[in-house]
Amino acid sequence: MSAKERKVREHWYSGITESIQMLIPGNRIYQTMPAKRARSGYLFILPFILGFLLFMIKPLIESFIMSLNIVTLVPGKGYDKVWTGLDNYAYAFTVDPYFNEYLLDEIQRMAINTVAVLVLSFVIAVILNQKFKGRTLARAIFFLPVILSSGVLPGIEKQNEMYNMMTSIAESIGASSGVNLSKSLQDLLSVSGVGSGVFDIIFQMIDAIYDIVMASGIQIIVFLSGLQAISPSLYEAADVEGSSGWESFWKITFPMVSPLLLVNCIYTIIDFFMKNDNRVMERINTVMFTQFRFGESSAMSWIYFGVAILFIGISSLVITRTVKSYE
Amino acid sequence: MSKNNTVFIGENKNFWERNRRSGGYLLKRRSGQIAFSVIRALLLFGLCFMIIQPLLVRLATSIMGESDLYDTSIILLPRHVTLDNYKIVAELTDLKNVDSVWTFRSMLNTLWTTVLVSICQIISTTLVAYGFARYEFPLKKFWFACVILLIIIPPQTIQTALYMNFANFDIFGIFQAITGKPINLRSSVIPYVLMSLTCMGLKNGLYIFMMRQYFKGIPKSLEEAAYVDGCGTMHTFVRIMLPDALPTIASCFLFSFVWQWTDLFYSRNFLSTYSLYSLQLSSIVSRMSQYFAVTEGALVAVPQARQQQLIGIAVLFCSIPLIILYLFTQRTFVESLAMTGSKE
Repeated sequence: MSAKERKVREHWYSGITESIQMLIPGNRIYQTMPAKRARSGYLFILPFILGFLLFMIKPLIESFIMSLNIVTLVPGKGYDKVWTGLDNYAYAFTVDPYFNEYLLDEIQRMAINTVAVLVLSFVIAVILNQKFKGRTLARAIFFLPVILSSGVLPGIEKQNEMYNMMTSIAESIGASSGVNLSKSLQDLLSVSGVGSGVFDIIFQMIDAIYDIVMASGIQIIVFLSGLQAISPSLYEAADVEGSSGWESFWKITFPMVSPLLLVNCIYTIIDFFMKNDNRVMERINTVMFTQFRFGESSAMSWIYFGVAILFIGISSLVITRTVKSYE
Repeated sequence: MSKNNTVFIGENKNFWERNRRSGGYLLKRRSGQIAFSVIRALLLFGLCFMIIQPLLVRLATSIMGESDLYDTSIILLPRHVTLDNYKIVAELTDLKNVDSVWTFRSMLNTLWTTVLVSICQIISTTLVAYGFARYEFPLKKFWFACVILLIIIPPQTIQTALYMNFANFDIFGIFQAITGKPINLRSSVIPYVLMSLTCMGLKNGLYIFMMRQYFKGIPKSLEEAAYVDGCGTMHTFVRIMLPDALPTIASCFLFSFVWQWTDLFYSRNFLSTYSLYSLQLSSIVSRMSQYFAVTEGALVAVPQARQQQLIGIAVLFCSIPLIILYLFTQRTFVESLAMTGSKE
């Protein structure tokens, strides 16, 4: 075997050994330019590595262990844990009165919201990319939700228990002020025998339009940046070839922007999972901060994390499969 | 298409004449355009109105006297204009102290912690993003996958463990050996500053991602020229890369500022002793009933509409500084982000 061939062979650990060898300052083989640059590269990302190991991986492992134990606080010493295996997970699903219900609710809401946010933000980005009077103002207003729907602000009015009760009562009586247009339209459609399943979802989207618009600030910016990156000469060429606006939208705009669909989809899902008005999150907080059931709350957040990862995985799979053909 | 027509028909001819010659095509096209722009205008107006409307309603109701709230003939314009509501909310959210002097304590606390934390976050994320964008090193892909993981993992998952960690903070038992017990860091800003300095703050993975995207777009020849002229690593970074990336860094800073300002999660976990505005806001309902119990001498349920009004004012207090900031920096917000995207 020649020396050249031996050099080519790579093991799974070669990256690790190489990086360790490069980081030894006196090592003469690694006094080359790339090695020096690799060292400075590591220096630059050092804060991230430290933080990731200390404040992400370590707590992540700990919280996973906690989720398999019964954890009790011991003042002055930290906490005690007793191994229980998967009991905490069983607790989350079978004993806790709200967790199941909230989780299913939120998953459903997230699935609908994500689709709606993606469609709406794409349409709005396309519109905001056209030329019309007052475009700057319209843009400024559409990005306002980035501020207005962040942190504590969105859920604050719904946190009010009384308010929730009142609105649910109002909804059940149907005594809300004025005519509920979407409700009556829905009734009309269901009476006239149009399939109700799909319409239910659509009407749910329409009813939640405020939430959806408020959740799509960043997504609009991302799509808009993608739209602005499309070279105008493409449209000119299409125009000369006699393609209509509709055709060039589907043949140029959509394929060019569709890679951003994945970015936005993932962002939307994560954003939804971390939102403050999320009831699962509220439940986890109650279990942790007021009932001091640390093990159970860790189990709940792990279930929640698992669901999030599952959804991100599914959606990225679906999107890459369907979008690949355009690229 | 229109260019072709103008060649044959001429622009100074009257519209109907041109329409006749084009066989009705022009009219169809023009009416289509008009219909489209009308629909577009309606859609935009409706959505914009929907975004603005809650703010306007809150502004309008904020100056209503309490009796106006129950008067069904009043929707937007108040009959009894009063500024007392602002005073009540100011006392509820710690903007006024017990002697009812405007100290803006919660607001100032929020301001300094937010500025401190955002600066820490931006410094660290800029460094890391630069490292990822411009340097080749072994295991680079692995570490970048970790950045993606950082974006994906909801911080709530590690909430419990972090809480425990900082409540009994210790590095390899050093503090335990000196003072006899681990120190409780939960009552100071230090843990969160530490986390910010190591890119683990609120949405920091996203900032790394955005800035890396920008740094990647800077031509390599710039760096090489600097190297030939004898510019060291730090020099290249500070003198050449940073000035170029300043707009992107500024927009990341603004995002960080805004999100940190309204953040509840990290504030509740790490900064709960500082009476930040977001914390005050999140617990305003319970404090409201206490407040009215004291002022009115008896335990009365605060009426629904009144609660909503006061919450609305508190939300206004929280968002108005941000909206003013946004109005001045709107360009930075939107356009530099558009620049990062275009490099993808």
